[in-house]
Amino acid sequence: MATLDVRTLRRPGLAAVSFRIQSGECLAVQGASGAGKTLLLRAIADLDPADGDVALDGVSREAMPAPRWRRLVGYLPAESGWWAETVREHFLDWAKALALIRRLGFAEDPAGWPIARLSTGERQRLALARALAMEPQALLLDEPTASLDPTSVATVEAMVRERRDRGACVLWVTHDGVQAARVATRRLCIEAGRAWEEGTHGCPAISL
Amino acid sequence: MPSYIALSYGDLALAAVLVLVDGALSLLLDLDIHRQLLVATLRMVVQLALMGVVLTALFRIVSPFWTAVAGLVMVGFAGREIVARQERRLAGFWAYGLGTVSMMVSATLVTILALTTAIRPQPWFNPRYAIPLLGMILGNAMTGISLGLNAFTTGLSQRRPAVEAQLMLGATRRQALGPVVRQSLRSALMPTINAMSAMGLVSLPGMMTGQILGGVAPAEAVRYQLLIMFLIAGGTGIGAVAAVMAGLYRLTDARHRLRLDRLRSPAR
Repeated sequence: MATLDVRTLRRPGLAAVSFRIQSGECLAVQGASGAGKTLLLRAIADLDPADGDVALDGVSREAMPAPRWRRLVGYLPAESGWWAETVREHFLDWAKALALIRRLGFAEDPAGWPIARLSTGERQRLALARALAMEPQALLLDEPTASLDPTSVATVEAMVRERRDRGACVLWVTHDGVQAARVATRRLCIEAGRAWEEGTHGCPAISL
Repeated sequence: MPSYIALSYGDLALAAVLVLVDGALSLLLDLDIHRQLLVATLRMVVQLALMGVVLTALFRIVSPFWTAVAGLVMVGFAGREIVARQERRLAGFWAYGLGTVSMMVSATLVTILALTTAIRPQPWFNPRYAIPLLGMILGNAMTGISLGLNAFTTGLSQRRPAVEAQLMLGATRRQALGPVVRQSLRSALMPTINAMSAMGLVSLPGMMTGQILGGVAPAEAVRYQLLIMFLIAGGTGIGAVAAVMAGLYRLTDARHRLRLDRLRSPAR
């Protein structure tokens, strides 16, 4: 069970924003490119300095070391980063990761595959497996299905859904309104560095 | 009676004709470097003549204070050179301070170690030994530190997604920056390693050549050269590690964030 509390979080390029994602909820974040969606996610993940506070289950992130916070609040950026030559070196527990990776449509074991030869879609799925393998209690997903085929999109949505059923809370950035309605329980609109809850300032509500 | 052959100004003038030959070639082949050649030659003559005057005075008074002042001035110039060789500089005081302080600490440490244990002149700070020793160690530490810092800031800027990916997965700043740190330190030490490998086979080091021309027996000169190379290796290693580790802490913060906002944009 995990509830993410964002309290007057602000930074250059992003006006103060407050919201709560309850355990099992998924908040869809929508807005044009450059509106500040990535700034918001990076600030929640504590990757950039920001004012205000973020807490998980009532415990402020300031009360714990940043590495521990980032393991609890898993951030999957739109562009994945790779620091070693082969796939396996990017995972702590390969056996555990492999189960996730196979589910994400890898027929063969990609352990020894060189990163440089992976397609965009393969990188995206492997990065998701890498983030999920940490068992984060909150998930910050930035366009996690942007370059995936429909089958993989359905798998990713199902896997995230399972995490929610187990009590995780999810923040999902997507340009696709249909996907937002499918995966999320609420919507947050970001426009020119300001965030609006659904039902205000022309931010349409997600009908259940 | 000195065992070396003294040079007169006339001897130098004859050799200087060779620089004029370079200048003539530049004019003839349209290389357009004769002006730079002239300025560089004049700078060298003036700088070295001044150095000769300063060293003569320093050697005569043998004062710990003035020896330290001379050392500090040398460190100051070397620090400026480190900054000039950075493609991406740290913002504010750190651009100059970080490399200079690392270099000063490592070079001073190594020089004092050599003066008090290996060479043991009387008194131990005797500028006749301290200043040339410090100069050689500084020159090499300067190269190592500027290469290391440059590789560090460039590596971090280019590999930011990879570094941040590790931070996102819960790595500490030292874990996440580890690959870039190691790469930078390898760059810093490579010239020293290369110099040691080629020494004696390809190159006869300048200091050893100087001693031999000055009448010192080759075996003696070799021992001095070995001592200097060990000192250079130590000074460069300590200085580069200090500079890159300080850079690691400057370009991250206590929340284990990568703080590339503390870098200025590329100079060119």
